[in-house]
Amino acid sequence: MSKAYDHIIIGGGHNGLVCATYLARAGRKVLVLEAAAAVGGAASTREFAPGFRVSAGAHLLNGLPADVLRELGLEAHGLRFSARQITTIALNPAGAPVTIAGNTVTGVEPRDAQAFARFARSMDAFSGVIGQLQGMRPFRITLPSWSERIAALKVGLRIRLLGKRSMRELLRIAGMNAYDLLTDNFESPLLKGALALDATLGAEFAARSPGTVLTFLLRWAGRVHAGALGIAQPAGGMGAVTQAMASAARAAGVEIRTGARVKRITVADDRASGVVLDSGETIAAASVISNADPRATFLKLLGAEYLDTDFVRRIDHFRAKGLVAKLHLALDGLPEFRGVDAAALGGRLLVCPNLDYLELAFNPSKYREVPSAPALEITVPTVRDPDLAPTGKHVLSINVMFVPYDMGDDPAGARKALLASILATLEQYAPGLGARITASELLTPSDLEREFGMAGGHWHHGALTFEQFFFTRPVPGAAQYATPLPGLYLCGAGSHPGGGVMGLAGRNAARTVLEGVN
Amino acid sequence: MLANSNLRPHYRRPLITTPFFERSQYFVETDTYVDWSGYSTPDVFSSVEQEYFAIRNSVAVFDLTPMVKYRITGADAERYLNRLITRDVSKLRVNRVAYTVWCNEAGHVIDDGTVFRFGPNEFHVCTAERQLDWFLDSALGFEVQIQEVTEDIAALAVQGPTSCATLKNMGLVGVENLKMFEMGQFQLGGHPLMVSRTGFTGDLGYELWIPADGALALWDQLMEAGRLLGIRPMGYQALDMARIEAGFILPNADFISASHTVRLGRETTPFELGLEWLVALDKGHFNGRRAIVEEKARGSKRRLLAIEIAGRKAAHGSLIYDDETSWRQVGEIKSALWSPTCKRNIALAMIDAPHFHALKEFWVDIYLHRELMWERRMERAWPVERPFFAPERRKLTPPMDR
Repeated sequence: MSKAYDHIIIGGGHNGLVCATYLARAGRKVLVLEAAAAVGGAASTREFAPGFRVSAGAHLLNGLPADVLRELGLEAHGLRFSARQITTIALNPAGAPVTIAGNTVTGVEPRDAQAFARFARSMDAFSGVIGQLQGMRPFRITLPSWSERIAALKVGLRIRLLGKRSMRELLRIAGMNAYDLLTDNFESPLLKGALALDATLGAEFAARSPGTVLTFLLRWAGRVHAGALGIAQPAGGMGAVTQAMASAARAAGVEIRTGARVKRITVADDRASGVVLDSGETIAAASVISNADPRATFLKLLGAEYLDTDFVRRIDHFRAKGLVAKLHLALDGLPEFRGVDAAALGGRLLVCPNLDYLELAFNPSKYREVPSAPALEITVPTVRDPDLAPTGKHVLSINVMFVPYDMGDDPAGARKALLASILATLEQYAPGLGARITASELLTPSDLEREFGMAGGHWHHGALTFEQFFFTRPVPGAAQYATPLPGLYLCGAGSHPGGGVMGLAGRNAARTVLEGVN
Repeated sequence: MLANSNLRPHYRRPLITTPFFERSQYFVETDTYVDWSGYSTPDVFSSVEQEYFAIRNSVAVFDLTPMVKYRITGADAERYLNRLITRDVSKLRVNRVAYTVWCNEAGHVIDDGTVFRFGPNEFHVCTAERQLDWFLDSALGFEVQIQEVTEDIAALAVQGPTSCATLKNMGLVGVENLKMFEMGQFQLGGHPLMVSRTGFTGDLGYELWIPADGALALWDQLMEAGRLLGIRPMGYQALDMARIEAGFILPNADFISASHTVRLGRETTPFELGLEWLVALDKGHFNGRRAIVEEKARGSKRRLLAIEIAGRKAAHGSLIYDDETSWRQVGEIKSALWSPTCKRNIALAMIDAPHFHALKEFWVDIYLHRELMWERRMERAWPVERPFFAPERRKLTPPMDR
């Protein structure tokens, strides 16, 4: 039977585009189907008020791997960066902030500065191991093949090569919480608060929860992948990244169709045989690769009747409830933050003055409530990229922690209260900011779910925690990108290594498909 | 005292009794009760031999209320069951019953049971063990309601050559027209009574299902109707003898549920149990199908065989060797019986690959405990047809009256 396409990829987000490009370059005929009018998914740029544009989801590249950038030739396809090696600034409500630039911290006592340099060196070393894990297809621990045994040995060897002391330290801290680790190392509340925010941004918990050292390392490992790029801001917003990816994909021969929402995956002879679109159109392919989240892929697009109860139970238990909201503000002028000069305004500005602040910002979310003093990651993208707003005007793009997916019995009231508490918090750090706001847009996790189809509005399509990491991501039986149904693969953030605009899930999935793993 | 046992706080007597207990207790002479699914049930009423021969020569009554029962209804009931069990439910007609197994994703058997089809979207499933969590988890993505009705329905198995005559005596007009695995609806003193031509003895027999408040009326009328036809209640032991002769497998004797095994490799598959005839690989996906397809291609690791053993001593739990003097174990006996009806020494034995198809003869060591002394015997054994005993009368419709 001849099929029009070798592979159909459901979802034109960054992982779908990356996967498509690698497959097309290997000679496969690939069709990408995107439900929205444009590719990009959550990695897109949107106009939230007339003339004001902003990255819809992630607003900074925190670990776009240098290999992916090079292999896909994204710069040749038009990707530019308005800023590289962006510094992190822990805002101080009372005075001078703490600034983290690479492995150097300023604004703290010498003792903390030295401790941070030492700490950063270990984290760099550990991130080598994490980075290796992120770049590979997870090996299975039950009935592994020989190549998987070798892969596992290589990881073991890498850990051993850290040296005895570092290996011991990695194994000691890997399961710990960030609160204890940071308290062991530092004095400065601002520094600890900033690092704790990094450990929990996009996660489902605050810094006292176990597993937050792992999430911290996952974020830190982005630096290893990104190399010289560091934390970067793409010119034109995140949509420029996926536009460049789409351009690379088309150049490789990938066909991309937008406005084509997949209704379900078709099955013939116990094998994925193609898709049916909302329009009723049927498209056949030798295999189907889903960039949708695992729950949507298996329970909505495929259906439980093609899967075993045990597997469906695991998918049903895959935890995916986002806790980060996104706030976009249009300003009629440049905002002023206490203690931050105009040059530094292009950095990441963090509102998390100490560890307890983060913990208290988290607590209400456990009870379906919004925080009265949220932790914030703020960027002013227009400082580096003035084209995003009319001349002289600015955009504030803010990640707000912790906003529950389920905002209680009065979501409209909770929304109002949340916006008020964010603005009140901002006012403490940037007096007079409120008066400059001309338009705003708040996207809570449930908005993000509706807007981009991500289950629970979760950045990573599912919590990145120990029990949902590596060979258990999303669940055993689908952790190697292949799924129980022959001919159906996963390539999205719900698979290893998770979300963030990295494209590694897409690349790992493409390798799996090319190796013919069923 | 015993009659009021259900009134005691549950922590004082964790076992409950069935609705028939009020009557059946007066037939129990041995006072040997066993725990069956949380119910206190008689192991033997008077003597196992008498009860066994009632099954084969007249009629015996077995209280099977403790069988776990689920009612499954809803628009997706058929699709749901087709994904759950190994058989093709779309081929099961209304008023028919089917024996089946169900598996997990590894193709390992979780339990066996019977599916009763009451209507296009209405089924009962009877199981040996509690399955509610598995059935509910399997319902994700299906429009289906699952209800446990074990305590709501009282049930008696009426088994033996005069079973049909007994039911006719009871006034169940037309019961003789029921074919094997068919069910019919009757009335008994204002209670709806369902009769299915099913059983666990391999003989002519029926199972009677009635709402729990009709249990005593059913018992009384049945015993009266069978008085001159040799009716007597039987316990668990007699049933176990009959089911071995019939070649029926029993959970926790011939296989262990995959949801209970702790040690790797103790699970069993439908093919290993010789139940491939229950597995409809052509019906689309069902739980365990992919693993079963793989097993079929690769070959099973072992297989349950019906074997006959020389001598007259039942080979309970014996190990099986490939030669008389060999120490190479190739399997073991799961269920064994000196069959009084066949006059043969029979057993169900799990034999490892490749011996189950390679060997025409095995050796079984039988340990006998005689006056506190152990004696070991090595006996020859060989594969035979299963079932061991399958009388014509079990299928005949209408059945003969004796």
